[in-house]
Amino acid sequence: MSDLLKRRFREQIKIMFGWEPAKPEKISERAQEVHVLKRMTNKQDLQAAKAHQRAHQETSNKWRNRRWATLIFANLLFTLSFALDIQILEGALTASRFVGFHLIDLNSALQVMLAHKHIINNLLIGTGTVLVLWVLLGGRTFCSWVCPYHLLAEWAEKIHLFLARKKLVTDQTMDRRLRTVFWIVFALLALLTGYTVYEAISPTGIVSRALIYGPGLAMLWVLALLFFEVFFSRRAWCRYACPIGLTYGVVGIISPVRIKYKLDGCFHEGDCRKVCLVPHVLDTVIKGRAVEPEVPIGPDCTRCGLCVDTCPTGSLSFEIKGLQKLL
Amino acid sequence: MSAPEDGDRKPAADTKPAVSIAKKQTNRRRVLRTILLTGGVLGAATSGFLPLIYSKKQRLRPPGALDEKDFLASCIKCGQCVQVCPVQAIKLADLVDGMGVGVPMIDAREQACDFSCDAVQCILACPTGSLTYHKPEFMPVRSGAQLSAKPILLAKEKDAEPTLNLNERMGVARLVRPEACLAIQGKGFKGQTRGPGFKGKLRYMDVDRWKPIKIADHPYDIAECDLCVRECPIKGAISIETVFAPDGSKRKSPVVHEPCVGCGVCEMVCPVEPTAISIEAREVWKV
Repeated sequence: MSDLLKRRFREQIKIMFGWEPAKPEKISERAQEVHVLKRMTNKQDLQAAKAHQRAHQETSNKWRNRRWATLIFANLLFTLSFALDIQILEGALTASRFVGFHLIDLNSALQVMLAHKHIINNLLIGTGTVLVLWVLLGGRTFCSWVCPYHLLAEWAEKIHLFLARKKLVTDQTMDRRLRTVFWIVFALLALLTGYTVYEAISPTGIVSRALIYGPGLAMLWVLALLFFEVFFSRRAWCRYACPIGLTYGVVGIISPVRIKYKLDGCFHEGDCRKVCLVPHVLDTVIKGRAVEPEVPIGPDCTRCGLCVDTCPTGSLSFEIKGLQKLL
Repeated sequence: MSAPEDGDRKPAADTKPAVSIAKKQTNRRRVLRTILLTGGVLGAATSGFLPLIYSKKQRLRPPGALDEKDFLASCIKCGQCVQVCPVQAIKLADLVDGMGVGVPMIDAREQACDFSCDAVQCILACPTGSLTYHKPEFMPVRSGAQLSAKPILLAKEKDAEPTLNLNERMGVARLVRPEACLAIQGKGFKGQTRGPGFKGKLRYMDVDRWKPIKIADHPYDIAECDLCVRECPIKGAISIETVFAPDGSKRKSPVVHEPCVGCGVCEMVCPVEPTAISIEAREVWKV
């Protein structure tokens, strides 16, 4: 990894905690060459190339479909394990057993450890397993590929975007540092009060339990969140509030599964940033920002693949770090 | 913002980029919104404390539960205890049930824990030790919660190991409305206790040891009501004794003894409405 990418790697971690991305101070010679070439290209030629690309663009929902299928399958496995008593995946997303093997959600485990201040073996085993699993699979991959609230919020987002196109609502953005503040506040609340306070409002836990054990009044809180996201602030919970996302984001720092950006073919039109849940991770696609010809996307990325699907030039793709070398 | 007229501009690196009034306003609104969202989320999160403050209603926890405070701290709200219970006695608390959305509780009147799993499966299923056989040393058992001996499960009485792996009681049964008790009135009971629509299940050893059935499918015809004693799963926990009423007359009455673990079967099968006997959740045995 070049020094520039190392610096970017560190900056991406800061961005995950809520800092805003800034223009890079230095860009590698090879990347600079590409940037310069792009500026030199005849405007008309460029327009023609863009138009050509657009005309041949295939809209694909490949990754979205795979992701939705995975998400629904995982949650259905929970539901059916209980409903049909097939005992494959018992429990809920907060903690479960996959054919007898403990799996425990990292954020819930953290809350319990802080509140209870006593850790038993099963808790440790389950947390360790899940930690390894999500390190391998990409940290916030949990959010977009498993979390049932994510899917509900995705649908709410579609309504929001429809209403926004009709000029009936506007997206009210917020300060992303809020999520870090919430993470700290809920950790402190658990530590000081001895109650897992966050679990009372965790839409992930509430929706997961509702799917398995039947909905309760707590679903009203989830509906309120969705309402807020439809009419006021796009994807507000996942973007500005959810501490689970941050926990898994931290896990994703060292994860080999990520999205890779290739500068070469990119027209810098920003389609990817429009569909992205966390557009700040895609700052590198802005014209003149890429520090290297190939840039990996940072840990706050949920690896949902919407950008991969939407990119007309194939400049964004899934990558497993080191796998290429290994093969 | 206009540039100084004398043209003495500072180097660009030293000045912050000029921010328009509109942009400042947008930023200010954004800060306000962020604060509002913070308040909303934290308000919702801490609202769980309210019922805790104004209602001290004790809820019956599954067997082996830690003391309430530790229980709420350690429960990860996954419902694995719910899934293993053969009679679905365990339900998860909702928003209105106070602190701890998703923590398990038992409404004994609707469905009591009848130990038809024989091994206290819910304790085995718990991943965080909220339900546990052995409390950690730094969490001493409340005096009186400790059972003096391992309870003998009547259903297992003839097995090599007749005891239930349970060290503390969930609560204690108490005759809360003696005036309504059929035994005290010397009355019998005939028919389905709790009526034909009641969904509660119970293991009847003479029907099937491994398949609890609806108590509505198991009608009774008893000359003197002793349902609470007859169906109690724990040996020596409750018996019908002769007592003297205040007027000096002899009466038959259910009497709860020390082995009572507070499972709530007596409360579930009691035929009078509302129940004459009920579980005091997390109550300890007082000599």
